[in-house]
Amino acid sequence: MLPLFVAIPLGVGFLLPLIEEFRERTRLFAVTVLLETGLLLALSLVKFGEKSIYRLGGWPPPIGINYVLDGLSSLVLVVISGIAFVTVLFAMTYMSKYENLGKFYGLFSLMLAGMYGVALTGDVFNMYVYLEVAAISSYALVGFNRGAEELEASFKYLIMGAVGSVFILLGIAFLYGSVGSLNIADISVRVSEVSDQSFILLSTALFIVGFGLKAAFIPFHSWLPDAHSSAPTPISAMLSGVLIKVLGVYALSRILFNGLNLPSLTPQLLTWIGAGSMFIGGMIALGQNDLKRLLAYSSISQMGYITLGLGMGGIFISQGKPAIATLALIGGLFHLVNHATYKSLLFLFSGGVERIFGTRDLSKIGGITRVSPVSGATGTIGTLSISGVPPFNGFWSKLVIVIAAIWGGLYPIAGIVLFTSAITLAYYLKVQRELFLGEVVGEIADKGKISPGIYVPLLILAICCIGLGLLYLPEIRGIVLKPAALALQEGSEYTQLVLGL
Amino acid sequence: MSGMSPIVKTVTRWVSPFILAFGIYIALTGHLTPGGGFPGGVIIAGCFVLLTLAYGKEKVDGVFSLKSASVTDSLASLSFLCMGLLGYVFGRGFLNNFIQSGFPGKAFELLSGGNMPIINVAIGFKVGGSLFVVFAYLALFRAIEEE
Amino acid sequence: MLTYLLAFILFAVGLYSVINKRNLIKIIMGIIIMEHAVNAFLILIGYRISGKAPILEKGTSVTEFVNSAMDPLPQALVITSIVISLGVVALMVALAVRLYQHYGTFDITEIRKLRG
Repeated sequence: MLPLFVAIPLGVGFLLPLIEEFRERTRLFAVTVLLETGLLLALSLVKFGEKSIYRLGGWPPPIGINYVLDGLSSLVLVVISGIAFVTVLFAMTYMSKYENLGKFYGLFSLMLAGMYGVALTGDVFNMYVYLEVAAISSYALVGFNRGAEELEASFKYLIMGAVGSVFILLGIAFLYGSVGSLNIADISVRVSEVSDQSFILLSTALFIVGFGLKAAFIPFHSWLPDAHSSAPTPISAMLSGVLIKVLGVYALSRILFNGLNLPSLTPQLLTWIGAGSMFIGGMIALGQNDLKRLLAYSSISQMGYITLGLGMGGIFISQGKPAIATLALIGGLFHLVNHATYKSLLFLFSGGVERIFGTRDLSKIGGITRVSPVSGATGTIGTLSISGVPPFNGFWSKLVIVIAAIWGGLYPIAGIVLFTSAITLAYYLKVQRELFLGEVVGEIADKGKISPGIYVPLLILAICCIGLGLLYLPEIRGIVLKPAALALQEGSEYTQLVLGL
Repeated sequence: MSGMSPIVKTVTRWVSPFILAFGIYIALTGHLTPGGGFPGGVIIAGCFVLLTLAYGKEKVDGVFSLKSASVTDSLASLSFLCMGLLGYVFGRGFLNNFIQSGFPGKAFELLSGGNMPIINVAIGFKVGGSLFVVFAYLALFRAIEEE
Repeated sequence: MLTYLLAFILFAVGLYSVINKRNLIKIIMGIIIMEHAVNAFLILIGYRISGKAPILEKGTSVTEFVNSAMDPLPQALVITSIVISLGVVALMVALAVRLYQHYGTFDITEIRKLRG
């Protein structure tokens, strides 16, 4: 079953541009992609919690490429499919006026295929190839409108992404040169037998730089605000909600935790990179006036939380505190799920705002709740979730991270997390004041544009934002998040699953 | 843009069939000798690029247009995917060489690779089509600028 | 050892060009140089002194082949990465041409509608 996750989007991605060469059938394209994502969502829910591997071409693991489904990848699959489904639902109405939609949905499907591939594959080089499939489609999608700014953002993203890919490839070269294998499970067996660890460290550093460029960690973040604010709204939601997580954090942690068995000092490095991204991203977001740019900088900041959670997990693993390590990893992954829901909600919401007012400049618009109560309410839920107000999901994941930091004795980290939460609350309060509350400011371009097609996806995501708070309950957390955290923590389990040792 | 000088045109006319044949040879025997779908496709695309450069865009458009290249591109990738799915249905896994396990040919002969030659041909068409699309689009940009 | 170093010098030249040049085309060329340096490095990893090309010929036994041939895996990786870099470079060139149409220049300091 596992190759279908890649094969279906790949097939749709090739088919739609082919149909478009003969006839422009916008509705058909949108419905096809909606069905595709719906099918994949159902498939990933059915497969959830299962542990299996698939041998591509029938070749056994160390030689051939294999797809691995464990706790972590099944969680990521559900996140990808869910966000993609809602995004396509939104795009059906939102993108209907654009041209070349066959190419749009085709590239969208290819991007999905790439992300599914990264989530499933158990081979480092295969991961690189899928990463490039997803990344190249996203470069093209960012510049889809072909305006001057979109092209500029796309070019910037392309250059940074290409440099990142070159670094990753160099890292793979060093890894293969010193370990002699590309299979992640096989690497984890062989890596401890390598006499000269310096090349392993070098390739780890290259991986952190390369995947860091893809995930927009703080020294490498400059492309993200441009790309995410210039892309068409559904694509911004996909990029911020899923792509940077799957291509950046997921791929990096898969290689570092399961493949290289956490080389010394990398968890500390990840933690501090996370803390830095979190803090600096939040500080820059405070000063933004463009709604989408603010959301983009906030993405950098929130990605910091995820990286920090995973990095802390690594620190506690190496200190021999497995229980707290599991908690920290659960916090990071919980935040990954939460950020995917509320950030895509907020990006889709910003698209709705742009439709209503014709601009995204916060100083020129206001009173959205009076204009459109439903989208106003969903946007409020999104902002409250992301700033960590109690009943919503964002609060619970931040709570888990803070508890893990305090129990593990990393008090400075806990302090930074709490302080950044306050900053997050501050800039979303600014959004609240400027955009939601008060009298209607600015010209309402067209009130009729807020159709059910726009706000139904927002409602779905808003309900998710409230409902996902339930993941905090130990029983549900044990089923959904704990297997994912253990997949990272127990490297031997992964090796056993793949190699059958 | 009506092409280059008569010398170039004549030489192109003489040489291009051989280039095309060489590309097809490379793609077809990819499972036996160095080469395969990608180099073969590049050579095939090179042949069409040469024709376009020598004779001008208008003349080649009737034979091998941007649209047909892009259709070839999509069809070839779909057929590659179909080969993979056939392996999934009939063989032991996605992209499994199910023809090889069913009818093992004699080694070092043309019909010995199972579904490798078919996949190589699909890749050859795919690469040839998409490289030509890239070239044709970039040529199109220049045409817009000259107007 | 010297050849490995040469690959890294090439890599550094490419990186310098990406970071320090203002012309879009020179940046693209920098990326191409970096990709080729990494490809060369990958090929060098699979190299073996006086090894043969990893193609099984008629009449060679498999053990003899394994003992004399070079590692074919990096070569397979290199052709894949060449294909990928082809796609990336095509997209980059197309974007650069489009940008030229919009801004009338290849200088990145003048292509600056977006802040930061």
